[in-house]
Amino acid sequence: MESEYKLLGGAMVTLALATATLVVVPYLQLSDVQPSDGLKPYTSAQLRGRHQYIENGCVYCHTQQPRAQSQAPDFKRGWGRAPVAGDYYYDSPHLLGTMRTGPDLLNIGARQPSVDWNLGHLYQPRAYTPGSIMPAYPYMFEVKDKAEEGDKVVNLPPGYAPVGQVVVARPEALDLVEYLLALDRTYPVKPPPVDAR
Amino acid sequence: MNTITILLLTFILSVTGLFVFIWSLRKNLFDDNPAAANVIFTEGEIGKVEEPAATQAQYSALQHAVDASHTPVRNPELEARMTAELADRVLADGSTKYVTFVFLSCAVVWLIFASTAGLISSIKLHQPDFLTGYAWLTFGRIRTVHLNAVAYGWAPMAAFGIAIWTLPRLLKTELMGGRFALLGAMLWNAALIAGLGSIAAGFNDGLEWLEIPWQIDILFVVGGALIGLPLVFTLQNRKVEHLYVSIWYMGAALFWFPVLFLVGNLPGVHFGVEGATMNWWFGHNVLGLFYTPVALASVYYFLPKIIGRPIQSYNLSLLGFWALAFFYGQVGGHHLVGGPIPSWLVTLSIVQSMMMIVPVLAFSVNQHLTMRHHFKTLIYSPTLRFIVLGGMMYTLSSVQGSFEALRSINTVTHFTHFTVAHAHLGLYGFFSLVMFGAIYFVMPRVMSWEWPYPKLIALHFWLVVLGFGIYFVGLSIGGWLQGVAMLDASLPFMESVRVTIPYLESRTVGGALMTLGHVVFAIHFVCMALRYGHKRVGPALFHRRSTAAGVMAAEG
Repeated sequence: MESEYKLLGGAMVTLALATATLVVVPYLQLSDVQPSDGLKPYTSAQLRGRHQYIENGCVYCHTQQPRAQSQAPDFKRGWGRAPVAGDYYYDSPHLLGTMRTGPDLLNIGARQPSVDWNLGHLYQPRAYTPGSIMPAYPYMFEVKDKAEEGDKVVNLPPGYAPVGQVVVARPEALDLVEYLLALDRTYPVKPPPVDAR
Repeated sequence: MNTITILLLTFILSVTGLFVFIWSLRKNLFDDNPAAANVIFTEGEIGKVEEPAATQAQYSALQHAVDASHTPVRNPELEARMTAELADRVLADGSTKYVTFVFLSCAVVWLIFASTAGLISSIKLHQPDFLTGYAWLTFGRIRTVHLNAVAYGWAPMAAFGIAIWTLPRLLKTELMGGRFALLGAMLWNAALIAGLGSIAAGFNDGLEWLEIPWQIDILFVVGGALIGLPLVFTLQNRKVEHLYVSIWYMGAALFWFPVLFLVGNLPGVHFGVEGATMNWWFGHNVLGLFYTPVALASVYYFLPKIIGRPIQSYNLSLLGFWALAFFYGQVGGHHLVGGPIPSWLVTLSIVQSMMMIVPVLAFSVNQHLTMRHHFKTLIYSPTLRFIVLGGMMYTLSSVQGSFEALRSINTVTHFTHFTVAHAHLGLYGFFSLVMFGAIYFVMPRVMSWEWPYPKLIALHFWLVVLGFGIYFVGLSIGGWLQGVAMLDASLPFMESVRVTIPYLESRTVGGALMTLGHVVFAIHFVCMALRYGHKRVGPALFHRRSTAAGVMAAEG
């Protein structure tokens, strides 16, 4: 080929085509999606927790997209029904994830609604799940001699609490747990139409 | 619009588009222009090997291996004309020296940094309490630092460095405006340091492959544009009629990448699951439309140069180019198989993923036929080993990728370490190996100095090949077992974690060997820059190594 214009013209046409199919058409098709009935907007504490989730890269090990029952036994594991686009109405950026080094978390709030469990699990996952390879997050907690007023003390299983001291959750841990508890898309939705719209 | 209409429409559009292009290129495609494949050679050069990284003994053996299947034509008059023609190449090489050196040095620094971060992340996956005390070292952050240091440090710095060196050679002209590229490199690296710092500190846009905050991305865009400018200037001032296929790949990649990056980072535009489709459009295309074309361009240039023989089928390489351009752009959706996004989109991506077999075969057949009867040259050429093996890994990773997109296979491999192994096969097995080979070829020209310790090249090769073999095989098996365990509802989820542990450990072993290989490479690179080692035969030679007079003539 002798013309660089033909080359670049062609290259840009192909990219435009790809952008149209994977970015523009989905944009148009999804821009009028409404929030699912039963989905609540995040509170400010939950949004701060969502930021913690992003900052600490939870998304690299946890998905937020249970698969359809026809594809995988996610529902049987108690991870919830297959989600629809409306379930993510308030999610920006999306946190669908691509890895399941750990379990799916879209409905962790319904599955594990205990604040104490969640805090303790963040402090030391292996205290609750032997063999877990989730990192511990000690930097989200403070170890003190004595709890002060307003401190949220973490109740740890015996053997995991520091002797003679207490573990207190920092605000970021409390926010993160707020967010995790908000992850609850167990309300019923109309199944997505088989042949789209 | 209903699904089937959209699906049909895009399919018809892409197939029509492909035919329109094939038609518009028909002259070159079918009237045949065999001369086109020869444009990278000077008159009479075909049959002569070029391998600046080889030692004297390797060089002679290499030439002998090539001579065994082709008899080069030689007469004094021709030799004289060849020497004169090489003046253009000497000029082109001279103009890119400094700029290429800067880019490749940055690439080496980022390679070491990224490997270290990768190794730490790998250890953390089977030793979860390793280095948990600091937020910036937590798995979610250091893993992301690793990815971004590879994706925006090592890979693009190496790609830009090789492109800036190769294009003036291919265009038989000097690099114009190299200073813009230097300024661009400074901005780019500043942006990368800021970006990695923010990720480590927890400022993060939250999308895979697009973690660096968009405010910093502005710097990347400016830096990238400055790096692109000299290439545009050089292209406009070219002295060749025909644009060799490597220019297509590199030229297109250098224009594709900024568009991808810009759309992907537009703040406040993407929402909900639409953000996910854009995310994977970007994440996959940055591999397919930036790294892949640059590495393919390198193979199409360096492989024929080293064995002194044009590629087997030039027409096939053109078909490969346009098929890649048409199909690759639309495969990203397969990352969301089974996800809450429109199903037509996933189907489209799966179809295009399978269509990718066309350009892959075009390239693989071409590479194999070019190398046929010449595989013996691998023994003597340190550069060729990296490049040929890298090219084979392209075939492997693309074919694997096509099948991985199929729903039946994807159901097992989705969300597992299998995907991680696959990603490394493409970006490491293919791209990085080709770049290593290209750097070994380019640096002697850049520095006018031979690699000081040739044995280190072999050591680097075997360390990374062995390390990567362990990494890839282990992680693929582990990922597959993980996927199978996850699909068996009678097993607790923890079982899918437990089965992967030995394989995650083997990944660390492989990764450590790879990192060690990179350290060897970096040390060798520094030794070369500082001009260590015995001066053996002076600067790397152009086409004659036998006599000192030839050296002087060739180097002008």
